[in-house]
Amino acid sequence: MKDTIAAICTALSPSGIGKIRVSGSEAVEIVDKIFKSPGKNKLSESDTHTIHYGHIYNGKDVIDEVLVLLMKAPRTYTREDVVEIDCHGGLYVLKQVLNLLIDNGCRIAEPGEFTKRAFLNGRIDLTEAEAVMDLISSKSEMSLKNSVSILNGSLYKKISSIRSDVLYFIAKIEASLDDPEHMSLDGYEEELKEKLITINKDINYLIKSYDNGKIIKEGINTAIVGKPNVGKSSILNMILDEERAIVTDIAGTTRDTLEETVVLNGVTLNLIDTAGIHETKDSVEKIGIERSINSISKADLVIYIVDSSRELDDSDREIISLINNKKTICLVNKSDLNKVTDKEDIIKCFNNCELPLFVETSALLGTGKEQFISILSDMFFDGKISFNDEVMISNLRQINSLKESYESINRVIDSIDNEMPEDFLSIDLLSAYASLGEIIGEEVSDDLVDKIFSEFCMGK
Amino acid sequence: MGQNNLVIETDICIIGAGHAGCEAALACARLGLKTVIFTVSVESIALMPCNPNIGGTSKGHLVKEIDALGGEMGKNIDKTFIQSKMLNLSKGPAVHSLRAQADKADYSHSMRDILENQEHLTIKQGEVCEILFEEVDGLKKVTGVKIFTGTTYKCKAIVICSGTYLNARCLCGEAITYTGPNGLQAATHLSKCLKDMGVTLRRFKTGTPARMDKRSLDFSKMEEQKGDEKIVPFSFSTNPADIQKEQVSCYLTYTNNDTHEIIRANLDRSPIYAGIIEGTGPRYCPSIEDKVVKFADKERHQVFIEPEGLYTNEVYVGGMSSSLPEDVQLKMYRTVPGMENCKIVRNAYAIEYDCLTPGLLSPSLEIKSVSGLFSAGQFNGSSGYEEAAAQGLIAGINAARKVLGKNPLILDRSEAYIGVLIDDLVTKENLEPYRMMTSRAEYRLLLRQDNADLRLRKYGYEVGLISQEQYDYILYKQSAIDAEVERLNNTFVGSGKENQKYLEELGSAPLHTATSLAELLCRPELNYDNITYFDTNRCSLSEDIIEQVCIQIKYAGYIERQSRQVASFKKMEKKLIPDDINYDDVSSLRLEARQKLKLFKPLSVGQASRISGVTPADISVLLVYLTSIGK
Repeated sequence: MKDTIAAICTALSPSGIGKIRVSGSEAVEIVDKIFKSPGKNKLSESDTHTIHYGHIYNGKDVIDEVLVLLMKAPRTYTREDVVEIDCHGGLYVLKQVLNLLIDNGCRIAEPGEFTKRAFLNGRIDLTEAEAVMDLISSKSEMSLKNSVSILNGSLYKKISSIRSDVLYFIAKIEASLDDPEHMSLDGYEEELKEKLITINKDINYLIKSYDNGKIIKEGINTAIVGKPNVGKSSILNMILDEERAIVTDIAGTTRDTLEETVVLNGVTLNLIDTAGIHETKDSVEKIGIERSINSISKADLVIYIVDSSRELDDSDREIISLINNKKTICLVNKSDLNKVTDKEDIIKCFNNCELPLFVETSALLGTGKEQFISILSDMFFDGKISFNDEVMISNLRQINSLKESYESINRVIDSIDNEMPEDFLSIDLLSAYASLGEIIGEEVSDDLVDKIFSEFCMGK
Repeated sequence: MGQNNLVIETDICIIGAGHAGCEAALACARLGLKTVIFTVSVESIALMPCNPNIGGTSKGHLVKEIDALGGEMGKNIDKTFIQSKMLNLSKGPAVHSLRAQADKADYSHSMRDILENQEHLTIKQGEVCEILFEEVDGLKKVTGVKIFTGTTYKCKAIVICSGTYLNARCLCGEAITYTGPNGLQAATHLSKCLKDMGVTLRRFKTGTPARMDKRSLDFSKMEEQKGDEKIVPFSFSTNPADIQKEQVSCYLTYTNNDTHEIIRANLDRSPIYAGIIEGTGPRYCPSIEDKVVKFADKERHQVFIEPEGLYTNEVYVGGMSSSLPEDVQLKMYRTVPGMENCKIVRNAYAIEYDCLTPGLLSPSLEIKSVSGLFSAGQFNGSSGYEEAAAQGLIAGINAARKVLGKNPLILDRSEAYIGVLIDDLVTKENLEPYRMMTSRAEYRLLLRQDNADLRLRKYGYEVGLISQEQYDYILYKQSAIDAEVERLNNTFVGSGKENQKYLEELGSAPLHTATSLAELLCRPELNYDNITYFDTNRCSLSEDIIEQVCIQIKYAGYIERQSRQVASFKKMEKKLIPDDINYDDVSSLRLEARQKLKLFKPLSVGQASRISGVTPADISVLLVYLTSIGK
């Protein structure tokens, strides 16, 4: 009676084709709910290892035209029923299809979970155990890192604060259940209901914000690096200004979560380290480098800016050593001035790895912009750069958890309306608490007992 | 220590005759094993050195479970209570909790009487100083105990139920005595012996308030708290009609600002705040000093005056435990309304004692490193009579089963509060004495006090503590409940005029279509009695059966959800981890997880997942590893 899992199993690329894999005892049944073929044949009534043409529907709306591969257990990768959906409508559609699957009873696969199941069901040779375990632990770590990294700052605080409120409600109810002679809950339901309605408004707002893509940008994480005074801000303003599309803040939740997002010729860039973009007074070189290290580690693409009117120094060499293994576009700036450093000098500093692509720019003369954009789109559409798949998956997981907490809180409100005793309220409040914890990567553990004792004076 | 060569042969030795020891000893003897129970004083058998009551929230559940399994606590309190109350009656059935005030002396005598007349059981006054063991192939195995006089008792299993006696130290301000509770002799030898065996110990602390002469109190300034009109017994074997009796009252009063001022002004004389106490105390039973310091903005704290018994003038001052010196105690107590002229019979004090460090116990309550050595109660890091008795019963059963060559009885978290209690004690690093709480039981909707018999009688029967007749009744009861639920689900009420009129009289909405009796029962304003009108084919059923039927129908949705959670919980509990697993072979486990798993040695993947510091990814890795080694 294992649950059914789903995930996008191809690399996310702009080409628009992507595969979603569903595995588990209800895989066929769930896909049947959203897939219709012209012949009206149900997958559950079809032969195994067959391909079906048709459409994915959300209610009456067609979402995508797809090919479905039906593979019934046990001759499948996981030895469970597996259905693969080949979608054609691009990233947005892929995401919608995955969401539909979740709404119909799937769960998003844990990192490495298809392989784990394949192994546990005896599909993968025992000698591979080591590799499978490494895969699970490294993927989990990566996934955790990703979900935390896309969730810094105020959004984290917002969810933490909602979660902490929910914990307080539970602690209050539980404290009074454990110590009814010291604490009374008379009239608490009304107060609680009001607070829950407010909380659910907030959660709903966050869900909508996620759906609008405002919370987590699914784009290419781009680090802009270069030592101070190479002209980062002016060149960026030149290149990006007209097309700059700063995503609007929502309810003060995202200001420092959202760095700037720009769309250039159809390619979405998330610019990391905005602090570096808006040059601060803080021009001590050391700090500049620390910043670079941090943003480079998160980046799918690095834009490295060099001042061609100055010689390369140790700072430059240090930066280059950090970006050695990254896809890099190097902007050789201040081409209007006397050239001291050129392409060849920079290439010498890159040792035995992929060289950056070069663009000569001059903020003053406004040259180099077209070339930069064309190099960028070539890289993207040739598939040389892509963004981290995990970000989108983390995003989906988080929306899903938010929706679950929303549902749980609604059930509490229903229970209050149905005059259920207070101890029933904490059941769903606890589920909401757990779902909110999943978003920010925290477990329930002993929070509740600690909260009870810290907030309420208990006992004999 | 005495020198003599006397050697006595027995099967099982129980060290300590508190609430854990009594249950352990009775269980072993009732299972037919020759059992000796040791106590420093026969007068202190089943002593209640702190609060004069049994049960309360979640603890009441434990007592019911002990009873369902064949333990004694429930029967004993039914014989000796002087007030009874069902708490949380306005809440859901899962948190209804029975609590009874005990006549302490009567409780203790009555339990002693049971012990004295139990076949196969011997009571022996004497301090156990040594655990004797042999070591075969590096494995320690108990062989007996030695008491202070030098006499050796050879045995095959031991249950340590030493309560707060090990290296006990009592503190009342600057006055420190090296005694156990109530001035009884402490046990000063056993700790060293245990440490030498590699059984590491830590210090915990607890406390108790003053006892006063009730003639010195003015009850007219307090609120009277009466018992329930209809008394419900703890034991499933007690006939409710037999225990309806006149009850005594408790009284409620409050501390005030004057009380708090005195406490604040004298904190430097409190051993806790002066740093003299090293043990960790329970947050659940804070001293009045703690309450005043930690909840500084609270204007008053409740004080419950509870009688200690029918034939004594002593009363217990609940809510004001303290380790302040006597002069401060008297001053502070006298600020409380009704206590202006109070006379203290026994001072409040704090007590420190040795108990086990985390990670040493297996879920059978056997100490992992010493075969045949079991333990229960405060020695295991818990607090409370009921928690102690519950562990005592399980440790006793498992000690007996070990001697008999049978598998241990291990209840899981979805079966009993006892399961939650023991799982928490053996899987978590509790930093304070552990108290049972309803919020610790994640499946509490299923673990109600009203269905403890349906949940656990079968285990009591399999173990041998529940008779055929008692078990047959449970089988009958379960089938009667199932049949009645089925009948109510399948008996429909039409929407005819007369029916609608009757519903209207009850303030219930009219029917749109034929509706089952079960659906009607789900309406808040309807109950089993007032739907009799629609129910023409009803057979007469006993009250306990009707109660179960109504709960199952009214809360069906919630119960079903928890049952689903339990199903997935059970899956992980069933994935066992072999004893000889070497976590160093599992290289993908994170270091923290590996260390914790090595320390706690969980029996199952489920248990492993509850250890703090073990993540879901570690669990996946573990599952893959177990598959790869073919387990």
